[in-house]
Amino acid sequence: MTDKVLMKGNEALAEAAIMAGCRHYFGYPITPQTEVAAYMAKRMPKIGGTFLQAESEIAAINMVYGVASAGFRVMTSSSSPGIALKSEGLSYLAGADLPALVINVQRGGPGLGGIQPSQSDYFQATKAGGHGDFRMIVLAPASVQEMADLTVKGFDLADKYRMTSMILADGTMGQMMEPVSLNYGEPTKYDKSWAVTGTECARPHNIVNSLFLQPDELEKFNFIRYERYKQIEENETMYEEYMMEDAEICVVAFGISARVAKNAIVQARAEGIKVGMIRPITLWPFPKAPMLKASEKVHTFISVEMSMGQMIEDIELAIRCRRPVKLCNRVGGMIPSPDQVYASIVETAKEGGAQ
Amino acid sequence: MVVFEKPKALADVSMHYCPGCTHGIVHRLVAEVLDELGIEGKTVGVAPVGCSVMAYNYFNCDMVEAAHGRAPAVATGLKRAMPDRVIFTYQGDGDLASIGTAETVHAAARNENITIIFINNAIYGMTGGQMAPTSLPGQVTQTSPYGRDTSHCGFPVKVCEMLSQLDGPEYLERVAVNNVKNVKNAKKAIKKAFENQLAGKGFSLVEVVSSCPTNWGMTPKKALEWIDEKMIPYYPLGVYKDRTAAKEQGGE
Repeated sequence: MTDKVLMKGNEALAEAAIMAGCRHYFGYPITPQTEVAAYMAKRMPKIGGTFLQAESEIAAINMVYGVASAGFRVMTSSSSPGIALKSEGLSYLAGADLPALVINVQRGGPGLGGIQPSQSDYFQATKAGGHGDFRMIVLAPASVQEMADLTVKGFDLADKYRMTSMILADGTMGQMMEPVSLNYGEPTKYDKSWAVTGTECARPHNIVNSLFLQPDELEKFNFIRYERYKQIEENETMYEEYMMEDAEICVVAFGISARVAKNAIVQARAEGIKVGMIRPITLWPFPKAPMLKASEKVHTFISVEMSMGQMIEDIELAIRCRRPVKLCNRVGGMIPSPDQVYASIVETAKEGGAQ
Repeated sequence: MVVFEKPKALADVSMHYCPGCTHGIVHRLVAEVLDELGIEGKTVGVAPVGCSVMAYNYFNCDMVEAAHGRAPAVATGLKRAMPDRVIFTYQGDGDLASIGTAETVHAAARNENITIIFINNAIYGMTGGQMAPTSLPGQVTQTSPYGRDTSHCGFPVKVCEMLSQLDGPEYLERVAVNNVKNVKNAKKAIKKAFENQLAGKGFSLVEVVSSCPTNWGMTPKKALEWIDEKMIPYYPLGVYKDRTAAKEQGGE
């Protein structure tokens, strides 16, 4: 598929997963990620793969745990309330150092919330995926093309570092249609000699496990895991800089918020306002270095989010609180309009950092 | 001439189980079956959370440790990914019949081609003797200190009876390991549960009525007698479902 085709974000993601070698999908119905499951239900039986509608999100993530234990690429997808149910499994995957891809097509919360797009699972994805000390690689697509590309990337990173990659999308990314080019070549192979595939009585048994009753042993595994996380922070951080060369105001936004912010930035630039954007593509690891660097020239940062400012503290930490960080947001399933972001930029330009 | 030896599928390590606990017997039966069927090298076992959490150290086949109650879901993933491998779970009553009820029922409903060894000793052992979903009415435990009062704790879950109402499962049998005759029957049932999987017949569960002398507050001998006196009358032994046998009898 080298030519461009028009696809929904959820479907492009699902097809990319198959192209990345994923042959096992487990899900449970929840809006607005239904198309992923529907696509897998159609495709998997035709290519000898597994599509299974589990009895719950909890069961689905544990089926993922089973397939991952056997060393195969595997994924599940859900939306906010369903991801909360998967937290237990996410922690076990981390504790057992298993690679997996988990998709969160976010909707508004808390509780049952709503079914419209949201970015309010930022904390959950980047800081609190479950109990215990662990991280997930969190990828935030801002186009249908990225929904597909980051899915392939997510599988590779998961295998490389033996951990969960999460695609943190939202209802807009999942539902919107754009032309995409799906062209990835053969999936990369990673060493999986740790997998439980049967000993054939020819090697000592492999054990996939997250229980370590000796505290010094458990501590050791936590230290090892965090060494790996440090490498990821150094090598895998991804972001896009937009009109940042001479920027005095820096918008920080990801996903659909970044798309909206771009329009506002173009409009503000036409008025002579020096504004740019840093768009994190990895939310963990967070692109701290370019923000710290930007803080030397920029007088104010604006976090454009569909949450109550969950990303602000990461920006403040990244720039060591050198500059004010303002919030421009909508929540509950509402999307900020370009006008709202534009107004925030104009107001910030007038203040000139004198907040 | 060797007349008795440790099964090859059983690891040569000391187990953590209490004196008089019947987990050791059931572990041995499972290992004997793996040996007799020659399937140790292509078997993956799934350990639960509970007393048998460290079963992954006791079997020589590849092992996975699952989250509490989720073993049938983990086994489903393993089996779907590797249909030519033999997948079994080993779970206690808290794991299988309380927190993991949904996973158990739905793996059975799907007739997932896996083998489940279910230890019913009517108590949570690892955490120190709390009331289990299978604790008997009136049974004294740490969390039912005045005896299980069915007026507010409800009634025990009879797993084989419950699952037998589903069209899905291939084979459900309840056995016990409190005397030689019962142990021999238990072995037969466990072997059949693995043979069924090898033949592609589907979901096979063997419920093993077991003892927990430590948390029952009994001597090992008294605990085995209590199985006859109290457990088996409430949990009658026998085959609750055998689809193949039913078909054969029905002349299909």
